[in-house]
Amino acid sequence: MRWYTTSLGKKFIMGITGLLMVVFVLAHMLGNLSTFGGANGLNAYAEHLRVFPPGLWAFRGLMALAFVVHIITGVLLYLENRAARPVPYANKKNDRTTFSALTMVWTGILLGIFVLIHLLQFTLHAFNAEWAHLVDAMGRFDVFTMVSAGLSNPLWAAFYIGAVVVLLLHLLHGIQSFFQSLGLTNENTFCSINLGGKFVAFVLAVGFVLIPLTIFFGIVK
Amino acid sequence: MSGSAHGNMNLTLHVWRQKDAKDKGRLEQYEAKGISPDMSFLEMLDVVNEDLIKKGKDPIVFDHDCREGICGMCSQMINGIAHGPDTDITACQLHMRKFKDGDAIFIEPWRAKAFPVLKDLMVDRGALDRIIQSYGYTSAKTGGVPDGNAILISKENADLSMDAAACIGCGACVASCPNASAMLFVSAKVSHLGLLPQGEVEAARRVRAMVEAMDAEGFGNCTNHYECEATCPKGIKATFISRMNRELMKTIPCPPREVKAGGGA
Ligand code: HEM
Ligand code: FES
Repeated sequence: MRWYTTSLGKKFIMGITGLLMVVFVLAHMLGNLSTFGGANGLNAYAEHLRVFPPGLWAFRGLMALAFVVHIITGVLLYLENRAARPVPYANKKNDRTTFSALTMVWTGILLGIFVLIHLLQFTLHAFNAEWAHLVDAMGRFDVFTMVSAGLSNPLWAAFYIGAVVVLLLHLLHGIQSFFQSLGLTNENTFCSINLGGKFVAFVLAVGFVLIPLTIFFGIVK
Repeated sequence: MSGSAHGNMNLTLHVWRQKDAKDKGRLEQYEAKGISPDMSFLEMLDVVNEDLIKKGKDPIVFDHDCREGICGMCSQMINGIAHGPDTDITACQLHMRKFKDGDAIFIEPWRAKAFPVLKDLMVDRGALDRIIQSYGYTSAKTGGVPDGNAILISKENADLSMDAAACIGCGACVASCPNASAMLFVSAKVSHLGLLPQGEVEAARRVRAMVEAMDAEGFGNCTNHYECEATCPKGIKATFISRMNRELMKTIPCPPREVKAGGGA
């Protein structure tokens, strides 16, 4: 028996790759808060990330792997679960589950699309080629001007705020879910882990949504 | 004729009728007249069936055996809830006082690829038996009766094991799971044996064999909706699934040695 082909094994994979991405997203959110330090804050932060290119690329590789494995396993799980009930109920009442739990595959796919667009926009400058040449007074790549230019556009601001809502939905179920999937819950901790997971999801969402909101409304310039 | 004159009820039933495994099946409507609130749900169906038989029609087929909440046969999805709108009981323990005069009641069989409908509300739950056959036992040599307390067992483990052992294998967890997953059932079986010293010896092989058997039956994967826990007539907790995940994870770095049947010393 190869463990990763079993139902439980696929849950472990979802949990571990999900956890990796949650840790990344937390760090990303905290890093983004340097935007409140203005151009100096954000540009210096971005510069720090690039001091050791092999590290940066190893990290990107790991995240890309987690991302791809998470999507493939998630879609596989979804298809298997649908096949497990070929005839639906005419009448079915759910008691415990939530909107967020029932829509995991859809919020997940939306997040996947978001990540691609986000990378195209701010990493590859695919929509504004001139962004590649932005340099600030200290000769650093001017991330702040790029992000401000992007997010003062109402459509882009709405896009990013919408993405945070989708992330919130995915993580309201996701964070507490990986504790269960990885066997880290028991009778005593179940409830607190559930609440704690939701709390962290909210903290993440608030942290992220502050950036497009404050830039769009000109609070951070 | 109004049933409510005597405190009795008239109900409209929408019941799944299906001739055999190949038939497509459909919901059909029946009137249940003069039903006493003291009747059990199955007795109400008995009344409807007597009426159908008198009229020369095919009675509604449903599984049942003990009618006292211990055998797990009475698998019915009642108004969208496995075992109906009462907590910690099986369908046979559901009473008509849970309903009101004039109510419409939907009755459907358990729905899962692994539980094919045989006729009307009766499904084949043999998949659960095959999972038990895969390793839902211990290979202890029997011999004489051991002295009481010869093997010490912590109170905590004894309690947890007994909680898991309450599972009657009715399949409500599968029926109510949005993914038709059998993990609550399997985790209860894995835990009730694995938590005791006699069963712990084979815990690693057991969890592997039972998970493999479960997957082979075509059940879905748990994605932590916890609908199983909500409808389990025996109140089995979803944290047993977490325990099973842990149990399987422990076997990943060092898989248990395969043992050939009849190996001897
Ligand atoms: C990229 C596209 C993505 C897809 C298609 C996707 C899909 C899924 C699916 C289908 C599940 C399992 C559903 C369930 O348990 O009900 C899941 C779980 C999860 N996802 Fe995602 N997801 C994606 C992105 C993300 C991202 C960006 C994060 C983190 C920031 C994330 C974190 C999680 C976590 C923590 C879980 C719970 C794992 C578990 O149950 O053990 N996912 N995802
Ligand atoms: S008939 Fe035995 S549990 Fe209901």
